[in-house]
Amino acid sequence: MWSRLVWLGLRAPLGGRQGFTSKADPQGSGRITAQVIEHLERLALVDFGSCEAVARLEKAIAFADQLRAVDTDGVEPMESVLEDRCLYLRSDNVVEGNCADELLQNSHRVVEEYFVAPPGNISLPKLDEQEPFPHS
Amino acid sequence: MLKGSVTIKDGCGHVPSLATGDLFFLLAWLLWWQAGHEDHAGPDPPRNVSAALKQGQITPTELCQKCLSLIKKTKFLNAYITVSEEVALKQAEESEKRYKNGQSLGDLDGIPVAVKDNFSTSGIETTCASNMLKGYIPPYNATVVQKLLDQGALLMGKTNLDEFAMGSGSTDGIFGPVKNPWSYSKQYREKRKQNPHNKNEDSDWLITGGSSGGSAAAVSAFTCYAALGSDTGGSTRNPAAHCGLVGFKPSYGLVSRHGLIPLVNSMDVPGILTRCVDDAAVVLGALAGPDPKDSTTVHDPINKPFMLPSLADVSKLCIGIPKEYLIPELSSEVRSLWSKAADLFESEGAKVLEVSLPHTSYSIVCYHVLCTTEVASNMARFDGLQYGHRCDINVSTEAMYAATRREGFNDVVRGRILSGNFFLLKENYENYFVKAQKVRRLIANDFVNAFNSGVDVLLTPTTLSEAVPYLEFIKEDNRTRSAQDDIFTQAVNMAGLPAVSIPVALSNQGLPIGLQFIGRAFCDQQLLTVAKWFEKQVQFPVIQLQELMDDCSAVLENEKSASVSLKQ
Repeated sequence: MWSRLVWLGLRAPLGGRQGFTSKADPQGSGRITAQVIEHLERLALVDFGSCEAVARLEKAIAFADQLRAVDTDGVEPMESVLEDRCLYLRSDNVVEGNCADELLQNSHRVVEEYFVAPPGNISLPKLDEQEPFPHS
Repeated sequence: MLKGSVTIKDGCGHVPSLATGDLFFLLAWLLWWQAGHEDHAGPDPPRNVSAALKQGQITPTELCQKCLSLIKKTKFLNAYITVSEEVALKQAEESEKRYKNGQSLGDLDGIPVAVKDNFSTSGIETTCASNMLKGYIPPYNATVVQKLLDQGALLMGKTNLDEFAMGSGSTDGIFGPVKNPWSYSKQYREKRKQNPHNKNEDSDWLITGGSSGGSAAAVSAFTCYAALGSDTGGSTRNPAAHCGLVGFKPSYGLVSRHGLIPLVNSMDVPGILTRCVDDAAVVLGALAGPDPKDSTTVHDPINKPFMLPSLADVSKLCIGIPKEYLIPELSSEVRSLWSKAADLFESEGAKVLEVSLPHTSYSIVCYHVLCTTEVASNMARFDGLQYGHRCDINVSTEAMYAATRREGFNDVVRGRILSGNFFLLKENYENYFVKAQKVRRLIANDFVNAFNSGVDVLLTPTTLSEAVPYLEFIKEDNRTRSAQDDIFTQAVNMAGLPAVSIPVALSNQGLPIGLQFIGRAFCDQQLLTVAKWFEKQVQFPVIQLQELMDDCSAVLENEKSASVSLKQ
């Protein structure tokens, strides 16, 4: 069947169950440098934690690279499926609130009516100053 | 219709492998189950639990207690994270007063429901199955929860899910995986020639699908009549198909997302899981409508309540079959059922057309990029300051945030946040994020074109195959599994269309297989009407859990010793 043949052809890059990237893909292994790792960890404030996590990111990127094959000339990006409609805004009247106590209850560290945060403007230590990945 | 697959026309439109039995609106099953009947129905007229409540044949408190007892008996399924017993009983008491005074609030008054644990519930812990929100008690109800409560529904509890609704198996939450009730069904066990009383036969239990697996298991095991799930890429429809339920995803903008802890703001919708289409319509009728607290709800007038007409004939209907959904990975059984369903419509006079959605193969990739990028943004709110988990580090805000997030999120969530941040880097923004947004438009346009060619409803598979055993499912990582399992469902979220998974028949192994109907935007009522007609034709059998219930003590013993307990 025509569509099935097309699908079989497209199946190679999609990979099916056999893994979405080839481990031998040079582009994949080269993109996530230590610098990129550090940058992402700083931006996300979430750490990779292991080499497997980096490998998973590389696979995710290789998976996403398939989008390059799509011709999107002249196509506008779509932000929302409701783009043709107006959003309704509420009128600027205060109808609820005064629930400071309720909201403060959920925090671990509170002083009177303040959430307490540690001091800011202190950067995370650089990657080489941090602990290496735990081996898993 | 689909060349290469077997077509069986037996004249009466029924799919051969099904058991007999009508689909009753609930109480009939419960009462017969209680009386030890394994079989159901016969020529009795349909009754429903709402009517029984109104007529005083059963009280809300009795109903509530039966469901609570069932929840206890089926605890090994791990469907519930929190069982709100006191709340439910109090609500039942109030409902009973209303019925006594002849002032019931409607069809949902006194009906036990369950809610997925990523919907905020005032005063009841809401965890999203994550350490990040363990112990978090919201000070407000999600709009959809409030609407159910306003209709008098009884909140039985919060159900289990994949952490932050990321996953397609309901296996990756901190409270452990959810087990598919069908693993314990007579239908499945008989096929495997297993003695349901055999204590050792539990190691190969099946997944529910995800991420709303807890909600699906709760409804499938009769512990409630309806449950809320969420649907971002198929998270309601996937477990519905695996658990033999109706899983409905409304049009984006029809139901409020206020209080649904967001994953992907432009695709999330609350989903509805029930045992039949009429129930789903009743729940939708209660939930649909504009919400001043969610500016992405539309204000068009909607027909309320959602009363579904019974379709006399389908001769005016045009069903579309997207050819690109016929992929090699699709199991032969699902493909065969899909083909039979198409033939069924055709034999009843509907027009059945092959249509093309040319960008289908890129849909899952596009979804992957958009999902991770929006997740990266949405998860940024979890910093430990105002709510949720907070670590002990106090050196600096950044160090505190980083450690809190490391401790609070599992690998799956962290992986998606990092991927999303990668795609949003300045050097990658155009090539990945904006590119995916453009491809999204192409995908949405594919659907518009298909519907414009005269098609009313599309018919596709929901999943690649029936539910798989947990031990097999965990052989691949979460991202790989999601990419495989969401393949038929996520395009619908990108286009914002309504879709529903209807259980069709049992596989050769005795497990449910569902098919998906996709409708035009905001034509949810029409979609459900077609689905209701189809449901009546296929007569999907009721799950037979009777022997399990009788022998639940043996199973419970097995559970305690065999499973890794993740109790708090």
